[in-house]
Amino acid sequence: MNPYDLLIGPFAEFDFMRRALVGVLALAAGAGPVGVLLMLRRMSLTGDAMAHAILPGAAVGFLAAGLNLFAMTIGGLVAGFAVALGAGAVARATQMKEDAALAAFYLVSLALGVLLVSLRGSNVDLLHVLFGTVLALDDATLLLIVGIASLTLVVLALVWRPLVLECVDPGFLRSVSRAGAPSHLVFLALVVLNLVGGFHALGTLLAVGLMMLPAATARFWVRDLTAMIIAASLIAAASGVVGLLVSYHSGAPSGPAIILVAGLAYALSVLVGPVGGLLPRFMPRRHLEA
Amino acid sequence: MSLDHSHPSANVLAFRDLTLGYDRHPAVHHLDGDVPAGELLAVCGPNGAGKSTLLKGIVGALKPLAGSIALSDAAGRPLPAREIAYLPQAAELDRTFPIEVYDLVAMGLWRRAGLFGGIGRADRARIEEAIAAVGLSGFEDRPIGTLSGGQMQRALFARLLLQDAQIILLDEPFTALDAGTVADLVALVERWNGEGRTVMAVLHDMELVRRHFPRTLLLARSVVDWGRTPEVLTEANLARARHMCEAWDEAADICLPERAA
Repeated sequence: MNPYDLLIGPFAEFDFMRRALVGVLALAAGAGPVGVLLMLRRMSLTGDAMAHAILPGAAVGFLAAGLNLFAMTIGGLVAGFAVALGAGAVARATQMKEDAALAAFYLVSLALGVLLVSLRGSNVDLLHVLFGTVLALDDATLLLIVGIASLTLVVLALVWRPLVLECVDPGFLRSVSRAGAPSHLVFLALVVLNLVGGFHALGTLLAVGLMMLPAATARFWVRDLTAMIIAASLIAAASGVVGLLVSYHSGAPSGPAIILVAGLAYALSVLVGPVGGLLPRFMPRRHLEA
Repeated sequence: MSLDHSHPSANVLAFRDLTLGYDRHPAVHHLDGDVPAGELLAVCGPNGAGKSTLLKGIVGALKPLAGSIALSDAAGRPLPAREIAYLPQAAELDRTFPIEVYDLVAMGLWRRAGLFGGIGRADRARIEEAIAAVGLSGFEDRPIGTLSGGQMQRALFARLLLQDAQIILLDEPFTALDAGTVADLVALVERWNGEGRTVMAVLHDMELVRRHFPRTLLLARSVVDWGRTPEVLTEANLARARHMCEAWDEAADICLPERAA
């Protein structure tokens, strides 16, 4: 098989592959910076919790209106926002730490969702919610994904300073500004938006993978924040493209293929990443003069 | 720096029957007193005396259980909270965060630049100047995770320098630093004081206080003594302070006004 058939052909020949390509590239653009900030804020597992919180909302939308983009998006957004903002507000207003508050909220949301789904019985189409359909993205879904990615980048640019400063030195931010809490809630809203965008392509549970795996991978390669975000987006995009190709050639489902490629990149980085990876740690080079 | 010296005797801080604490248990009990503008005040006392609590109260991180703290500028106008620069004890700083010394120091310009304001050429010059003033020139591009304890404290002082605040609160700023670093940072504190700023510093090194801080507040939950340093830091006062810092009493009675009087 020549390189064209291997790398370019699938996208040149098939419309659904081109759509999938646009979808994963847009997802990567938004998920990169959001994932890096989640990781640096020590909220890596928050994405996963939020993905669980979105699932029942999307399922309720599905039960109410079938495979309807609008209903499922709204359902996911409502459930996700309720959990994110509720947990964030409780953490800010009481002595409870955010992770504990989030655990409480998303577990309740999940149980509620399972209860609602069981009222109507299980449905095979619900697999769509769980595992997405990156190879069947229609125009409306693509627009939604691209719109969410664009909005994410614009909003992040606006709340960048307080977000970063709150990670580095929350005490200092509190002493100079009240922007900490609002920007944190805005950020949580972005997490939900990106997960909702991701679940149409990858499913609720895998959407978080495209967010966290590239971010964790980037941490092994660069030290600077800006470089880390660019690296994370590039790694996410590359995982998306390679994952789609693997899926096309092997017939494996595309969502898991994309995440597994990202996972492979992560595993390699753990081994040989120059910033704190295993290889540099166990085979240190000679120390410098100064 | 253009601070108003027309009312040199005005008080920037006024504590009125101030009680601060946690879970209703007082850590600072019935504090009364004033801090005049341009004061260089050391806050001393044993561990658990309420020194850090007092600073937290001043910056508004802790609401008074009773009484009040009034902030005003040298001319007697109410002072906005952003005119206070506060360096907490162990700054809750994530030193693994991938940010460079330059950016950390630049955050001191928050008051001017805010959320969206640009950092212009004049600001860049000020940032370089602040970094040079604390002796960290050449470290601008280093990630903060690679700094030593002393270098970190220098960087935080550079940030304070840029904050350009009228009241500067330092909570044990010289703990675990070598003599050279302490000397450099004390020189900065004296420079701020020379510019008419009010500095309150929690300190444990009595020798340092005697040498550089003209006035001292000796605290042991309640005020032990407050005045000129040589008269406050006497053996008798220090012994009294150690005795007054009794332990947390889970079943403490409610403090009634007449009992406190």
